[in-house]
Amino acid sequence: MSAVPISYYLVLSAILFGLGVIAFVFKRNIITIFMAIELMLNAVNLAFVAFARAHNQLDGLVFVFFVIVVAAAEAAVGLAIVITIAQNRQSLNIERVNLLKF
Amino acid sequence: MLLLDHLWIVLALPLAGAAINGLLGKRWPQSAVNAVGVGSVSLAFLSVAELVREFSALPVEQIPWVKSYFPWITAGTFHVDFSLRVDQLSIVMLLTVSFVGLLIHIYSTGYMAHEGGYYRFFSYLNLFMFFMLTLVMAANIVVMFVGWEGVGLCSYLLIGFWFLKKSAADAGKKAFIVTRLGDFGFTVGILLLFWTFGSVDFGVIFGKAAGMPAESMAQAGILTSICLLLFTGAIGKSAQLPLYVWLPDAMEGPTPVSALIHAATMVTAGVYMVARMNPLFSRAPIAMLAVAIVGAATALYSATIGLTQRDIKKVLAYSTVSQLGYMFLACGVGAYGAGIFHLMTHAFFKGLLFLAAGSVIHAMGGEQDMLKMGGLRKKIPVTFWTMLIATLAITGFPPFAGFFSKDEILFSAYAGPYANKILWGVGLIAAVLTSFYMFRLVFLTFFGSPRFDEKTVHVHESPKNMLAPLVILAILSTIGGWFAAPKFWGGQDFFHGYLQPVFAGVDKLAPAPELAEEALHSLELQLSGAAVLVALIGFFVAWWMYIRKPEAPANLARSLHGLYTLVVNKYYVDEIYAAVIVRPFLWLSTNVLWHVVDEGLIDGTVNGAGHLARRAGGELREIQSGNARSYASWVVIGAVGVTVMLVVIWIRMVR
Repeated sequence: MSAVPISYYLVLSAILFGLGVIAFVFKRNIITIFMAIELMLNAVNLAFVAFARAHNQLDGLVFVFFVIVVAAAEAAVGLAIVITIAQNRQSLNIERVNLLKF
Repeated sequence: MLLLDHLWIVLALPLAGAAINGLLGKRWPQSAVNAVGVGSVSLAFLSVAELVREFSALPVEQIPWVKSYFPWITAGTFHVDFSLRVDQLSIVMLLTVSFVGLLIHIYSTGYMAHEGGYYRFFSYLNLFMFFMLTLVMAANIVVMFVGWEGVGLCSYLLIGFWFLKKSAADAGKKAFIVTRLGDFGFTVGILLLFWTFGSVDFGVIFGKAAGMPAESMAQAGILTSICLLLFTGAIGKSAQLPLYVWLPDAMEGPTPVSALIHAATMVTAGVYMVARMNPLFSRAPIAMLAVAIVGAATALYSATIGLTQRDIKKVLAYSTVSQLGYMFLACGVGAYGAGIFHLMTHAFFKGLLFLAAGSVIHAMGGEQDMLKMGGLRKKIPVTFWTMLIATLAITGFPPFAGFFSKDEILFSAYAGPYANKILWGVGLIAAVLTSFYMFRLVFLTFFGSPRFDEKTVHVHESPKNMLAPLVILAILSTIGGWFAAPKFWGGQDFFHGYLQPVFAGVDKLAPAPELAEEALHSLELQLSGAAVLVALIGFFVAWWMYIRKPEAPANLARSLHGLYTLVVNKYYVDEIYAAVIVRPFLWLSTNVLWHVVDEGLIDGTVNGAGHLARRAGGELREIQSGNARSYASWVVIGAVGVTVMLVVIWIRMVR
């Protein structure tokens, strides 16, 4: 079985990350932005796993578990914030959450 | 040996009095303030008396007695101890200062009784005593300078005692600033002293100076420079030409202050300093001549102004300037002993004149214009008689104190080691003027008919605590001269014998011209006769003008209109100083230093830095838009930037 070269994984990871960034910057809906963040996290996870496999080391895998745990925590806190915003603003548009400024 | 070993006690007493009254006296009744203020000075006087007793028992080789208490400043080779020195000269000064000071403290308890800030007055007065005694007892010129500046500070505080009155506050500032001009020279002189002798200690300086050759008129050197610079300080402090202008204005202060500081003690500090530095001055003939000329010129000049003044205290102020001129004349012709002697008798009779004038002002309810007095002789007899005695003393009638001291100065100017007939002539003319303006003062104040409204002014004799000092000073003004009565007058010449060790070097450098006993006697008789004659002339002119023909002064003033206007306006010196020095200086300060340097340069820099920070912050805060997506964009831009940088570095490394 011929192994898939690492560059394939990395390119896929980069594409996913780029999509995440674009969505993060241009989307207005908070939940969509949230999902974009998840996408970026998982793109990074993919790169980690690919490197771990290519170098035959466990460090990358350990990082991935950390990222999954943090992402879970982030999702819990983030969704709570989203619910609060939705209740206070009757809207999920990020542009309307702009009180914290000069 | 208690006090010889603990000289500091003399200084500590008035200082403690000043501190206690100044810190606690505000809530105390007047009697408690009196107890502290007068008590501390009486104790100081008693300790001086004890010091004199112990000093007189000291063997000759231990004089001067120097006590060093602690090292004060040490920097490389520059070393100053806080050390005190007692010799015959400081003993004379100590006795004069502490005794006259004590009397004036007592007098003040009466004079200031109805004034606000009573405790403050006594605190300042005690502080003044502390600094004056420091000045007198200093064993090196730096400690002396501390006393010198300290009395200046107290003078400022006391002239401006009624600081709500603008003229008083201004006079205080004027005194401080004008004397500062002289002190600049004094400070440079101290530096030059240290540079030349490597020490500021009197003992070391005099020891080294004794080994130096005397400089001559043609060859002036470092000693002349030092002496002239030190004398500049004396000109400021002792109100000589051209820095005398502050002293007449200083009369804005309460009268006891005028008596103590601006007549009896502080203003004589310059004379004391010159006498103290006599080993240097005697080796610098140009400086000696300068001292004598300035002294004689001042004596004559301010006497002429005294002729026309209407304010009783102003007359006495110009008279003080004039008498200080006499003292410098004495020092300048090498008769330091005579100068110090005149200093002492002057402290008695001028202190008395001021105190008596204060009593007159007190009696008149605050009136100082002599033309609004008159006929007070019967109403305040004690004041009248004491003032008359002081007048006889200052004008030089025998056997009053001033006769001996003034006579001696004139004699030294005529026949002393640095004799100069012109200076003698100037001194004699000044004596005529002195006699005239003093008797004018007496006649205007005490004789003739009252020129005030007797219904509104209730003339009354002063209380006993004011009269007692008057009487004591009157006694001293009468007999104070007998200490120094020369053998010729049947005296012991005690004073000169006493001070002889201090001025011993002078006699060696410039021995008095040898004259046969007989010739000396007849000369002295002639000169004394001349001095008494001119005093009588002054008296008769004043009597003729103010008793015999009261309309004469006005006529004279009219016929000599130009001259009279010039003199009555004090030769416009204040106006000239204002135009030539003060106003340009103010202009410079306002338009250059204030508006350009301070406001433009200094404020501009500081405010500019502030403005810059605010502007930058104002612009930068726009970034904080509150829009989460713009923040996200910034993060992305940053991440891209970092990535690009990494790639560039990587490409470089690969190459």
